[in-house]
Amino acid sequence: MSILVNKNTSVIVQGITGREGAFHTEAMMKAGTRVVAGVTPGKGGQTTLGVPVYDTVKEAAVHHHIDASIIFVPAPGAADAALEAAHAGVPLVVLITEGIPTMDMVKAVAEIKALGNVRLIGGNCPGLITPEECKLGIMPASVFKKGRVGLISRSGTVTYETAKALSDAGYGISTCIGIGGDPIIGTTFKDLLPMFNDDPETHAVVVCGEIGGSDEEDAAAYIKEHMKKPVVGFIGGRSAPKGKKMGHAGAIIMGNVGTPESKLAAFADADVPVAETIDEIVEYVRAKLG
Amino acid sequence: MNLHEYQAKDILAKYGIPVPPGKVAFTADEAKQIATEYGDLVVIKAQVHTGGRGKAGGVKLARNPEEAREKAAQILGLNIKGFITKKVLVAKGINIAKEYYAGMILDRVTQRVVLMLSREGGMDIEEVAATKPYALIKYPIDPHTGLRPFEARELVKRAGMEGNLNKLADVLVKLYQAYVGIDASTAEINPLVITDTGEVVAADAKIVLDDNALYRHPDLTPLREFEAEHPLEVEASNYGFSYVKLDGNVGVIGNGAGLVMYTLDLVQRTGGKAANFLDIGGGAKADTVYNALKVVLKDPDVKGVFINIFGGITRADEVAKGVIRAMDEGILTKPVAMRVAGTAEEEAKALLKGRPVYMYPTSVEAAKAIISMTGGAK
Repeated sequence: MSILVNKNTSVIVQGITGREGAFHTEAMMKAGTRVVAGVTPGKGGQTTLGVPVYDTVKEAAVHHHIDASIIFVPAPGAADAALEAAHAGVPLVVLITEGIPTMDMVKAVAEIKALGNVRLIGGNCPGLITPEECKLGIMPASVFKKGRVGLISRSGTVTYETAKALSDAGYGISTCIGIGGDPIIGTTFKDLLPMFNDDPETHAVVVCGEIGGSDEEDAAAYIKEHMKKPVVGFIGGRSAPKGKKMGHAGAIIMGNVGTPESKLAAFADADVPVAETIDEIVEYVRAKLG
Repeated sequence: MNLHEYQAKDILAKYGIPVPPGKVAFTADEAKQIATEYGDLVVIKAQVHTGGRGKAGGVKLARNPEEAREKAAQILGLNIKGFITKKVLVAKGINIAKEYYAGMILDRVTQRVVLMLSREGGMDIEEVAATKPYALIKYPIDPHTGLRPFEARELVKRAGMEGNLNKLADVLVKLYQAYVGIDASTAEINPLVITDTGEVVAADAKIVLDDNALYRHPDLTPLREFEAEHPLEVEASNYGFSYVKLDGNVGVIGNGAGLVMYTLDLVQRTGGKAANFLDIGGGAKADTVYNALKVVLKDPDVKGVFINIFGGITRADEVAKGVIRAMDEGILTKPVAMRVAGTAEEEAKALLKGRPVYMYPTSVEAAKAIISMTGGAK
């Protein structure tokens, strides 16, 4: 078991003929992902990497059962591509593209939420992986070993570091989701925690947050009320000055919102230990799981 | 991207929001000329990309053209929080009866643009939010309907704003149209003034544009002022790096915003202070690392460099080659602590043999090493 994706997940790639799309499609296939088709408007009818390419997601859906779509479409068309997938009935849409205009995301997220039956992950995210079953993202699959810790994160490289450390320590990962570093994203920590709560193969969850916004505070509130499994926290950017954007568009402290103090207090209130280093994340997981 | 007040007001005016007549002056004589044209009370306002201009002496009233020249001469060249004033806005004076606040920002919690309204105009709105939260009305706008006149009227009433209801509501509707039209991330009118004759006027304005959407606003792109940003931030962005100048002495280079933030945290936790944030992005080659070192080492505060790379795609030997090139060219003369996890670590070690570059297996060990080499926090 795992959450969101497994070895049976049928995947299409939007933007499969682009440089990024082609490169990562090949890597996903190598990692075991069942890629069944690609979509590039204007290139329908071709075959690439052994799968058919369609002009629209709707056409792909006529010929294939689709569980998920991953999007590598460049920023100007990325939100539109996510809406296309959502309206074609794809239940899981993973938006990798970075640099999407914020208003495009405001509109797309609102519309997708109104549809009600579609989960959007990202944008500007590394995607998700259920190790050794399905990689729906751009992470290096080699550092993820199958295991029992759920991992959710707002960052890319910190996720890989943490996954590697947990894998090397023998715990491994049930499913890992990079939710993305932008201010407006489709899925937040508190959306994913209930899924891990219900997944029998996830024994503990690591939440790698960072400064900016209030996702960590919302997650802590859920954990305090409902979480049945141990959770370990991490907050990146604790030393960052106020008002400066630290790489991620969402990693900025505005006034009193988004401060590390607020996030640490929220985690403390939910009895979630917060690691200061990646090694400490592993130590806290060991303390919880033995 | 930040806009100046006069640029923001030009945009608001284009969307039909009344602003006081005003023009930009680069010299005191130009200011005098504009004041002569208006023939009345004028306000001289420093045009710099920072707040707190009034407190710093960057906003002054002038009753006649000669006074306008004098006041402009005082303001031009003024250093406001590190920004040198190179131009002033000379705006026609208005007779203020009431000062309100109207602003729009992106709210992550509701995932919408939120309209904020307050009767406490002219104050820093964060201060209002902190000290008098009841005086601030927040309203998330549905992105698919926009802000409609009836909603705007209701909000004006709720905020307890006095003055012409239709004119006030119209400003709010148009402010949202401007916000969406130019892809802003912040648009504020503070103060929104009711004059003694009952006119509604945007007496000051602040607009920040969404950098991600600049590509679809070619008319706004030229408004970017590189001299208003830190010179190293400009140079770094030319290489495609994300760079933030900080106030410590340990140069930091890493891949991925999260990992760089983590590295800064480790430096601080170990007793040091980072001089910068620099993210080289994914799949870096030797040239990328070399260019990153060039940028970081131009900062005279830097006493040593901490390179922290997670190698998913990035190869450690490529990183080493970039470091060696910077040394051979004499750019890199300061100590380096390096931690590169992943592919080709052994090759990197072989390349760096005999050089004053130290590779450590973990970020924590590398942080300790660079702090001891740079002597800790200043």
